[in-house]
Amino acid sequence: MFKLFEPNKIFSITSKAPKYVMVLFILVLSIGLVEALILSPEDYKQSHSVRIMYVHVPAAWISLGIFSSITLLSLSGYIFRNKNFFLIAKSLAPSGLVFNIIALVTGSIWGKPTWGTWWAWDARITSMLILAIFYLLYLIAWRIYEDKEQVLKITTLITIFGIINIPIIKYSVDWWNTLHQPASINIMSNSSIHSSMLLPLMIMTAAFALFSLLIFLMKYNTELIKLKNKGLDRL
Amino acid sequence: MYGRKVKLRFFFILLIISVLVLSVFLVLKSLEENVVYFKSPSEIKVVGELNTKKIRIGGMVKKGSINMSTDEVNFIITDFKNEINVTYSGLVPNLFSEGKGVVAEGFLKDRNFFEASKILAKHDENYMPPEVKAALEKK
Repeated sequence: MFKLFEPNKIFSITSKAPKYVMVLFILVLSIGLVEALILSPEDYKQSHSVRIMYVHVPAAWISLGIFSSITLLSLSGYIFRNKNFFLIAKSLAPSGLVFNIIALVTGSIWGKPTWGTWWAWDARITSMLILAIFYLLYLIAWRIYEDKEQVLKITTLITIFGIINIPIIKYSVDWWNTLHQPASINIMSNSSIHSSMLLPLMIMTAAFALFSLLIFLMKYNTELIKLKNKGLDRL
Repeated sequence: MYGRKVKLRFFFILLIISVLVLSVFLVLKSLEENVVYFKSPSEIKVVGELNTKKIRIGGMVKKGSINMSTDEVNFIITDFKNEINVTYSGLVPNLFSEGKGVVAEGFLKDRNFFEASKILAKHDENYMPPEVKAALEKK
């Protein structure tokens, strides 16, 4: 099963794929931005400031998704003793952190005209900030630990602690009174967001996912090159 | 299919996660008071003592209750069971309007009267173009 994950076979993919992903990303992003900034209607209550949502919400989704993936990969790597899972996780992390910060910053920019404040220590915003701290911890751990075995254990431990926060972020708006509004999009029931606004949201999510994929492929490619060079050193 | 060690590691991880989830749950449960961003008027009615700490009250701005004078805004926050009078001097956020969510931060003067030092508008999860809103209202 894990033959698929052998570095040599993947290397040819990761070195060629980025340019195609880049083209696709630019294409989807342009369509998404046109939809989000020009074609989509303004909100009945927030008017044009609703457009911040098309960056804010996809960024938050992607950052949650990437952290969950990192955790799954680290745990699988630990359980199956497969180093490649760790490398994939490591390469995913930077774009997760970037989107986490984008979500926090755009949330702040959106909060000022709607709520009347840049920042509120409510459960949703605070738990999102904690996620950013976990991303930072995770990335710093990869930087400072020289010993390979040690870094794998420590990063796995960080993801285990961090993953508890993910359901808290998701359900914070339902469990407690928060300034942040509850989720508009629900798999189980009808969305409370009009379809003309849902479309740009989905396209922007696809664009951000493609961007994460692009950064991931480039990072992962670098990791594989590092791995190859180490092999040469040993010779 | 998998070796004994793989299974062992799997259940070890499972154990760690369960213990963590349980402890985080207990911590949040005990901190509930502080995790909530605001209290509803009904919760204010039943508090034992009116302490002088700064608190936040949230709910809907009662329809027809906003009274703006030159340097003061008066309105009523309601959760449709209980309500509380709020007085505030300062600028209100754009989205502050009747029938919409609001969070007021300030001091409780008595059980029915709240002096706010900050007003935040709380918007809901509904997003739609103005035409759709108008069509909905016609119905």
